Amino acid sequence: MSKTIECPICGGDVSLANDTIQGELIECQDCGTELEVTNLNPIKLAEAPQEEEDWGE
Amino acid sequence: MSKLKVSIVGGSGYTGGEVLRLLLFHPNVELGQVTSERFAGKSVFKIHPNLRKITSLKFSLLAELGASDVIFLCLPHGKSMAAMPEMMQKAGKIIDLSGDFRLNSLAEYERWYGRPHTLPDRLADFVYGIPELHRAQMRSAKYVSSAGCNATATILGLYPFFKNRLVDLHKTVVEVKGGSSEGGNSPSDASHHPERSDTVRSYKPTRHRHVAEVIQELSFGQPAQIHFSATALGIVRGALATCHLFLNESLEEKDIWKLLRAEYGAEPFIRIVKEKTGVYRYPEPKILSGTNYCDIGFEKDPESDRLVVISAIDNLMKGAAGQAVQAFNIMNGFEETTALQFPGLHPV
Repeated sequence: MSKTIECPICGGDVSLANDTIQGELIECQDCGTELEVTNLNPIKLAEAPQEEEDWGE
Repeated sequence: MSKLKVSIVGGSGYTGGEVLRLLLFHPNVELGQVTSERFAGKSVFKIHPNLRKITSLKFSLLAELGASDVIFLCLPHGKSMAAMPEMMQKAGKIIDLSGDFRLNSLAEYERWYGRPHTLPDRLADFVYGIPELHRAQMRSAKYVSSAGCNATATILGLYPFFKNRLVDLHKTVVEVKGGSSEGGNSPSDASHHPERSDTVRSYKPTRHRHVAEVIQELSFGQPAQIHFSATALGIVRGALATCHLFLNESLEEKDIWKLLRAEYGAEPFIRIVKEKTGVYRYPEPKILSGTNYCDIGFEKDPESDRLVVISAIDNLMKGAAGQAVQAFNIMNGFEETTALQFPGLHPV
């Protein structure tokens, strides 16, 4: 059974598997943000560090 | 499976062609007639070549139109209301894709369209055709007036904010960029290829007719004020509305996500698009070609109360034929997404 936690960016539901480990990267299905599991008890998510992109501009 | 007999009046234009394309693959539709005064007797694929080998239908004259369960009326503005009394005799349900029955107010119609309305008593019989706003009324409606393309993109982007009274009503600015198919299939000097290609043409900086629909649908208690400009681009399909609104209360981006999710989370054709990585971070009409989606994105200006809401559609689909078929499905109790599930192409 998975657990559901709120995305820190958009407030959407993010599902985590029971065997999720600290440091794991997951993606919010609503806003697409890559999130890092920073703590397991209690579960905490934070936006994963991204390389800056210039988006081709 | 029960099928409805459906006819298309004014089927040689781009909108009529798109309605035809969709209905040919609708499992609950038996196509009746497709009319065109100009091309009567010709095979429809001569005008809509994408339908070659898909249908052997020929265009009929309007005078030859028989009875149908439903008529899609795809005539130009003005001609639709002239034909409407006869159409109401020919079919129990009508979906009109012109601007003739979009406004509830006769005075507003005459002010924005600059001509008298010949059927003012019928204005109240039509449900305004954006399903996300009027689904409940559509379920029992006999007549639906499908919304304008630029109006659809604007209204869907702004609706949650106006409905929840989060907006300074006097300061909303909307710029819609649209493709050449918004102008229909009648050529003119302005649409001649050397003049039209590669343009960024400011064609209606103020007083675009669709503003009347936008004001009608976004006024909750007090009339909304929308400062609207339209620009034609060198693309064929697509409309992108960039809406600048000023919030009257402090909202974080997460609050805005929640607001949009509450309004549109269950909608089959609305997607919230706002990503920090990748190529398509905000709504982009290019990847919506042929689809019935409206993609909505946003960004809150951290330096002010300005919220930029961006919405994208295919003007011929969610802005016309697709939305009309969506309304047809609702009016007749069919699954709302029937014949509208094409997800688009990438790359395109």
